Amino acid sequence: MGRYVARRLLLAIPVMIGASFLIFAMVYALPGDPIRALGGDRPLSPGVVAELRAQYNLNDPLVVQYGKYVGNLLQGDLGTDFRGRQVIDTISQRLPVTAQLTLVAILFEAVIGIIAGVLAGIRRNGFLDNLVLVSSTLIVSIPILVLAFVAQYVFGLQLGLFPISGLGEGWYSFLLPGLVLASGSLAYVARLTRTSVAENMRADYVRTARAKGLPNRTVVVRHTLRNSLIPVVTFIGADIGNLMGGAIVTESVFNLPGVGRAIFDSVRQQEGAVVVGIVTLMVFFFIFFNLVVDVLYAVLDPRIRYD
Amino acid sequence: MKFSKRNSSLVATAVAAALLMTACGGSDEEGSGEGEAAEQAGGTFSMYIGQPENPLVPGNTNETEGGQVLDSLFTGLVQYDAETNEAVFSGVAASIESDDKQTWTVTLNEGWTFHDGTDVTAQSFVDAWNYTAYSPNAQGNSYFFANVAGYGDLQAETDDNDVVIAPPVAEQMSGLRVVDDLTFEVELTSPYAQWPTTVGYTAFFPLPEAFFADPEGFGEQPIGNGPFQADEPFVPDEGITLTKYEEYAGDEPANADSVKYVVYAEQETAYTDLQGGQVDIMDTLPPDAIASAPDEFGDRYIETAQGDITSLGFPTYDQRFADPNVRKAFSMAIDRQAISDAIFNGTRTPATSFISPVVKGHRDDACEVCELNVEEANSLLDEAGFDRSQPVDLWFNAGAGHEGWMEAVGNQIRENLDVEFQLRGDLQQSEFLPLKDAKGMTGPFRDAWVMDYPVAENFLGPLYSSAALPPAGSNYTFYSNPEFDALLVEGNSASNDEDAIAAYQAAEDILLEDFPSAPLFYRLNQGAHSENVENVIIDAFGRIDAAAVRVVG
Repeated sequence: MGRYVARRLLLAIPVMIGASFLIFAMVYALPGDPIRALGGDRPLSPGVVAELRAQYNLNDPLVVQYGKYVGNLLQGDLGTDFRGRQVIDTISQRLPVTAQLTLVAILFEAVIGIIAGVLAGIRRNGFLDNLVLVSSTLIVSIPILVLAFVAQYVFGLQLGLFPISGLGEGWYSFLLPGLVLASGSLAYVARLTRTSVAENMRADYVRTARAKGLPNRTVVVRHTLRNSLIPVVTFIGADIGNLMGGAIVTESVFNLPGVGRAIFDSVRQQEGAVVVGIVTLMVFFFIFFNLVVDVLYAVLDPRIRYD
Repeated sequence: MKFSKRNSSLVATAVAAALLMTACGGSDEEGSGEGEAAEQAGGTFSMYIGQPENPLVPGNTNETEGGQVLDSLFTGLVQYDAETNEAVFSGVAASIESDDKQTWTVTLNEGWTFHDGTDVTAQSFVDAWNYTAYSPNAQGNSYFFANVAGYGDLQAETDDNDVVIAPPVAEQMSGLRVVDDLTFEVELTSPYAQWPTTVGYTAFFPLPEAFFADPEGFGEQPIGNGPFQADEPFVPDEGITLTKYEEYAGDEPANADSVKYVVYAEQETAYTDLQGGQVDIMDTLPPDAIASAPDEFGDRYIETAQGDITSLGFPTYDQRFADPNVRKAFSMAIDRQAISDAIFNGTRTPATSFISPVVKGHRDDACEVCELNVEEANSLLDEAGFDRSQPVDLWFNAGAGHEGWMEAVGNQIRENLDVEFQLRGDLQQSEFLPLKDAKGMTGPFRDAWVMDYPVAENFLGPLYSSAALPPAGSNYTFYSNPEFDALLVEGNSASNDEDAIAAYQAAEDILLEDFPSAPLFYRLNQGAHSENVENVIIDAFGRIDAAAVRVVG
């Protein structure tokens, strides 16, 4: 097991290097002149333009720019954005926000999604099953932007149950955005669990367990659920990786200064250093959480062994 | 000068959702989220801002968001009267005088201090201005000192590829001379009678010695001389809370104890917070709210004229638009009021002059061809032999909400002139601006300007003079007329306001004859505030005087 994890983590290194170069190249390939855009309708003085271009190595060819970036990176310097702010500061400010939002969303997704899925799955075509099917279809079909604005308007403004925006109230601030962010995946988790549970309820081993006279509770929780969770865990694990990449819409509507907004802004302003710094980190998270999922497989399914 | 580019495509997609919400009817409850804090005299209030684009350094801030915060932290040599938009000596300067309008003597008032306790001296201004002008410091506002003698010595020499060939030969402009602690002299490259009015702008604020020790730290937590001080650093995407500066030397200290600037990614979110009482003031409103906001906020809705102009610029370098009569014909084919009503809910005033009505020198009847006159337009176009079979390109930058009104312009051109149009609005600023610089416009284009300071000249020189031809300036129509340039010089060196205005208007008359661009609109700024505050005034720069705001609880 230990060797397996170590090997997977080592493999992450070339992936991250490759990803960072690709992203760097893509930002480089974006058309237009970011320094010209900084000045707006009134152009900056030529001397200032030249200074800025030199500061951010914008006159160098792609490979030289990337080389300088990696050179600085090896000295622990992630570079600065056009505001002169350290990229590392941006990351350390944004990451906790996105991490909290992700955690809240994943909790909603896992807890509500799995419970709803199990309740629907053990009684197919029952009332709960139909309720879960209809409500999840409804939620999946509404764009998250609409959902976010409506939730904010109804629960934040009209009912006043949640803060409308911002970080002002600690964890409580993350509840509503977390729920909105989780909604799509939540519906998906519920359906995935439902199908999986319904399938397993008819499996031979469940019939055997029932024949042995085990109570229904034990059959559902210990036998059916454990087996049914494998595809769900895969999905949730991949989803953590996704969510850590930031949720531009949710973060913008609820005004949470997370990673998504930072990436969005810096792509638009063509700030290579910021984009590459953050996205490479996200690639790492993605790899890491997928590894966690793979390890969890072995826990859920004793047949899977990695050594 | 630039518009904030916060209005992204995200906002566009949000329109549907926002419409849905406004259709539900406005909320009647105006909760007072900050009620408790407002009980004592002074009190505290919060204000919406977009994300400032640069560190909070005066020499590097030329957009409204950062400008709003800096305005609370600094007081310049002069201030601008919110109603008349004239410079008043309520700032640091006691007087700014000159015999020849070229060498100015600035005398400071005594008793002004920075928030760190050090004195505001003549040196504070001279050092700040030299720092901003010096090109290796890469300050965006460097060009504001281009008319100070010796500015060129502070600029690195560059080649055509924007590569530095030689560093600047000096670090201090020869035109700035400190006489004593409270007096300094400024020598300009040529006479400029309006110069005292320009120095209220952000770029001209003084800097304390602490700045030069740590410019980066200063950019996060500026030390100014204004009515509010920063006790904590600015947090990007979150904001900053400023507290009242007790030793403020100005006539109008802050009424409130503190102001909290909250950075929002989306105006829509801020507006919902305003409705819910979680933020007290917005100095701009989301487009979808403009129709309903006056009813919802009543006397807490504010609307003021912005010192700006939106024009339809013509590529005078393009053979098709080389004839002034063609350009006039296009202008006469546009019903400005109809576009304002249909697209902007009436929040644009049809332009009648190249000069904004907020500054002296504006004439309400200057531009005859700015009025709809389809018949005249068509006969002008016929006389000029304009080829109507080819469509015209209409250019604007993407992602900033210009699509709607540019299309309306196109529709009117099609309807009134029988000329097809094609929208060319796919390029972001980073591509659009270089194309404008390189004479790349193949048809009329959006040309907009927000004034730097309330002077008529600011609407003429930077946009149409030969000195402002790209890449040095914003003369994107590439118009050039020595007569026009000469009249500007005459206005700049006039010994009194009347003569100056007369010369500027004469210059405008030439512009009206040659017609390099068609003035379209002046913008009205909309804002609104909660019941928690009063005396909220938006000035012609679109900014709110935070010191004047009173918390009523």
